[in-house]
Amino acid sequence: MGLFLLRRFGVMVLTALCLTLVVFFMTNLYPNLEKLAKQQGNFRMSDKDVSQWLDARGYLQSTPVKYGQWLGVLPGYIGTLPDGKPTGRCLKPGTDPADAPTFCGVIQGDWGDSTVFKEPVLDLVIRRLSLTGVLMFWTLLATIPMALLVGVLAGMREGSKLDRSLSTFSIATTATPEYVSGVIFIVIFSSSLVGLKWFKGSAASAMEGVTFENFTLPVMTMALYSMGYIARMTRASMAEVMSAQYIRTARLKGVSFPSIVLKHAFRNAMIAPFTVIMLQFPYLLTGVVIVEILFNYKGFGWLLVQAAGNNDIDLLLGCSVVAVFVVLVTQLISDIGYVYLNPRIRVK
Amino acid sequence: MEPLGWGGIFAAMFVQFIPVWIGMIIVFVLSYMYRGRLSLYGKLFNTIIGQIGLGLVLFWVFTALFADWIILFDPLEQVAGLKNKKPGVPHPDLEGMYYLLGGDNLGRDVFSRMVAGSQTVLAIAPFATLFAFMVGITLGLPAGFLGGRMDTVLSFLANLVLAFPVILLFYLLVTPEIRVTGIPTVLAAFLFLFPIIFAWVLFYSRYETRPDVMYPLLAGTVIIGFWAYSGLAFNADPLGVWSMDPNRLNIFVSVVFVNSPTVFRIVRGITMDIKTRDYVAAGQTRGEGPFYIMLWEILPNARGPLIVDFCLRIGYTTILLGTLGFFGLGVSPESADWGSTINEGRKLLSIYPHPALPPALALMSLVLGLNLLADALREQSLKD
Repeated sequence: MGLFLLRRFGVMVLTALCLTLVVFFMTNLYPNLEKLAKQQGNFRMSDKDVSQWLDARGYLQSTPVKYGQWLGVLPGYIGTLPDGKPTGRCLKPGTDPADAPTFCGVIQGDWGDSTVFKEPVLDLVIRRLSLTGVLMFWTLLATIPMALLVGVLAGMREGSKLDRSLSTFSIATTATPEYVSGVIFIVIFSSSLVGLKWFKGSAASAMEGVTFENFTLPVMTMALYSMGYIARMTRASMAEVMSAQYIRTARLKGVSFPSIVLKHAFRNAMIAPFTVIMLQFPYLLTGVVIVEILFNYKGFGWLLVQAAGNNDIDLLLGCSVVAVFVVLVTQLISDIGYVYLNPRIRVK
Repeated sequence: MEPLGWGGIFAAMFVQFIPVWIGMIIVFVLSYMYRGRLSLYGKLFNTIIGQIGLGLVLFWVFTALFADWIILFDPLEQVAGLKNKKPGVPHPDLEGMYYLLGGDNLGRDVFSRMVAGSQTVLAIAPFATLFAFMVGITLGLPAGFLGGRMDTVLSFLANLVLAFPVILLFYLLVTPEIRVTGIPTVLAAFLFLFPIIFAWVLFYSRYETRPDVMYPLLAGTVIIGFWAYSGLAFNADPLGVWSMDPNRLNIFVSVVFVNSPTVFRIVRGITMDIKTRDYVAAGQTRGEGPFYIMLWEILPNARGPLIVDFCLRIGYTTILLGTLGFFGLGVSPESADWGSTINEGRKLLSIYPHPALPPALALMSLVLGLNLLADALREQSLKD
């Protein structure tokens, strides 16, 4: 187990490095830098001005060097602006250049500054991420019990009427992406056309305090799409377990049906859905972005869109580090959980 | 003129869709008559779910095909007096013409835009999925069958792409700035090679001992393959038959890129399962080469799960295209595709819901049809 974890961890670090390098490369392509220079400087800069502006700030070094500086394994860039002032990644405004640290990258905890929000990236990301955390918490709280219930009910008697209707329902939810279900929910529950007006079509006020009224629609929208997939996995796994020999033995011994489902089948049927739930996180992230934009909830997804839309390089890199980290950690948990839950693998 | 009521709107829409109904009836009657000879496809008619799925998919396929006859107005034409008007509103200048599903915030016909949007989706989704399958199969078969270091490297790369959040990838890959650097063209040049490689190896492994059949086939592959290749990847077809505009190429390539690692993993898994079967061992004993066994023994026997996944994946690609449109990535601002229409309509959603709902329901019904079709196919293929 120790060796397995170590190897898995090694692959994870390698993957994270490769992915951040790709993001770094893509955000630092010259057309992107040119756009950044024109946004930060002025829009009527000539090509020569642009390259001067970029050169003074160290943007024109080679990609591996810049990546090393961003990561914090190479000394931070220091250059001089046309007006003679020193500038660089490690020099913060208002501090003495002599005191500046040599290394200032992600490893040292300096994630750079956002050019749009004029704030340190790390603070921004943490604040927005905590808002998204609230959304995720309620979503998972709604999704998982519902999905497991639907899956177990459908899978316990394969081919029955209940199975058919629940399966069709879960297929229908997987066919409804967030931007479709969100729109339909807003029309039904908050528009003047239908006139129900039970919930609010915007979750902007949920950033201060979550209420039933402002948070139901975003959570429902997020939960619906991922629910169908988990439910179908649970159903398949449950159906497989229910056809196993030991279930037949239990039935022949006269154990009651509810007891078989709950005591004998349920736990064994949970192994596959667990990994699926964990592997859903990368897809949930896309859902988060859509739902936060649709309901105007300014969390991590909203931040990512702002960063990408405004070519805010450091912020976008920060967001991708978090996204990649979340994906890789959930993959790791899913692997460990699979080994832990499945005795056949654990004993080996 | 009086605006139409809901009964009138539905009757008028029914009339507009007449070419679609005719097409669907012909396909259904013919398929039902010959269902005994149509193997897996014919068995679809044993289940109601399968028929509903097929019906929904056919509806949108025919709608895309006959879109020019179905639409009532040019999807880009703006009529100032019909901004945000309710469904069934009469056109101010044209006698007897109505905006069946109302007008959007620029005064364009919602109905015509919804119909035109189906063309964008169905022109990209099936072909992008096909290309993703070509890439996935060409790499997944050897990775699963031969294993070794190539498998390790390919699997690592596939996991790398899979660990990338899709939305981030789209934001990085589908922008006007990226188009300037030529990265989409490079990706296209790489990804579009796979169908040619696939066809080449397919024919070569089969007809290696029969040069009289092999050479014409290989020559055909190379000529047609690179002819299409030059047009699709570089927009440099000398005859001008094959072409793709840079916007569409950018979307197409990114969607193929996102989908192929998953296909790769599926094909690799199935191959590893099938290679332990007796008929593979029999082929090896006969002295067949590894590529013959992969392409002519393993692949035909893996077709069941692959066909099912193909249907599901077209649906998933449709959702991805909608996501791209929703974020306004890689589409022109006026584009009638469903994703961008939903995005435009959502801004005034609680006051005027009618512009956003039709494309949303259209997208949902197409994906639902594909998912139901896949489910029925899975069920029927497991019955064998």
